[in-house]
Amino acid sequence: MSRLSELVESRERHIVTAEFPSIDGGGLDAVRSKLDPLLPYVDAINATDNPAAHAHASNVSIAIALATLGAEPILQVVCRDRNRIAQQADIMGAALFGVENICALTGDDVTAGDEPEARRVFDLDSPQLIRVASGLAEGRYLSGRPIADPPRLFIGAVENPSAPPLDYRVKRAALKSNEGARFLQLQICYYPDRLEKFITGCVAEGIDVPTALLPTVCLTKSARALTFMHDNVPGIDVPDDIRRRVASAANPAEESYQVTREIAQHALSLRGVAGLHITDFRHDGSLARLVGDLGLRP
Amino acid sequence: MRLLPIVEHAVKGRVWDCRMCGQCVLHSTGMTCPMTCPKTLRNGPCGGVREDGHCEVTPEMECVWTVAERRSRSVINPNAWEREFDHLRPPVDNRLRGTASWSNLFSGRDRQTPLGWDGATYSPDLTVESSLGEVDDIDSLDAGFHERNPLP
Repeated sequence: MSRLSELVESRERHIVTAEFPSIDGGGLDAVRSKLDPLLPYVDAINATDNPAAHAHASNVSIAIALATLGAEPILQVVCRDRNRIAQQADIMGAALFGVENICALTGDDVTAGDEPEARRVFDLDSPQLIRVASGLAEGRYLSGRPIADPPRLFIGAVENPSAPPLDYRVKRAALKSNEGARFLQLQICYYPDRLEKFITGCVAEGIDVPTALLPTVCLTKSARALTFMHDNVPGIDVPDDIRRRVASAANPAEESYQVTREIAQHALSLRGVAGLHITDFRHDGSLARLVGDLGLRP
Repeated sequence: MRLLPIVEHAVKGRVWDCRMCGQCVLHSTGMTCPMTCPKTLRNGPCGGVREDGHCEVTPEMECVWTVAERRSRSVINPNAWEREFDHLRPPVDNRLRGTASWSNLFSGRDRQTPLGWDGATYSPDLTVESSLGEVDDIDSLDAGFHERNPLP
């Protein structure tokens, strides 16, 4: 059983997951140097799958590298770049190396990346992929071909609590939970009221019981970074007042940190939240500071 | 029968911007064609929907699923269809592209899914690999072997 699955089942404390930075070369040493500052502070780490539609060292290779280096990987599998055959092969291949945690997501469109002329695939969508991955763990490919020695998988997904249609997002979380998602990493949400409404909805539907809800918080350094996310990252809206607050602060980096800490504290105060997913764009020790300030103990 | 896809497209293309996937689910998606989503998502909106409810890929277009969700709740949409909005729709069968969903609906072909989708498996005896293991001379396989295997 993966450590993440044990924590989700026991809920003995808040769970911390984080996004692993993209790797473009430098061998395992490059992976190790990016991993070392993260490892003591997180329970599991996302091996991302060409984030924001930019090509990098593959999700499977990074997941295997993380496992090799003693971390607990979460293999992200997006639907944008590969068809159902390749997606199943990736999950099965990573499982050979002990990668059990899977995070199924639709993926940003190719037009969000630096190769917008690429063909988009989307052969499956994320709810379908969750069902297909559940099938692998139960001993069959989508075709129905049996798997004699099925992989042990712990499947999760992503949901955006802050994107329209807001009222429908809880139903979509329920759909993913019903198909086998045992954790949901929630997209970054700068609207505490929206997150609260989403979590309350999930609790009312009983989604938080089988499925750990992990809101994402994002560590940034400046108003420029927030504006960049607001303008360029699909599905993320950073309200004007937050951008103004950071821009007008005497120390924008510190103010930015405080914004993240407040959002994280609010998220953790909500009944039904099982932990946090952290995306760190600062790489200056802020992740360790945040985990410490919030009293999280991975 | 060759005329049917042409007639279907002439009607549905004009009204719903039908993309002729051959396995129409319009009734369960608020009469909004999911294949007009740039990501061709069959099960709801992605996380990239803009603050104004518009599409991540085509900002001038309202998200297909924002429209679908709203229309599915319309008073003129039958309750049974509204309930189906929340059901998981299976992956597209790409072999049906360009065929008439009307005839596929009539024959039931549009509701056929891969065995594993509903938890079934097929006998491992029927895989290409295991069959080839029993064949000494691969050239002796008759024409159409690969079309028939694996079954079904």
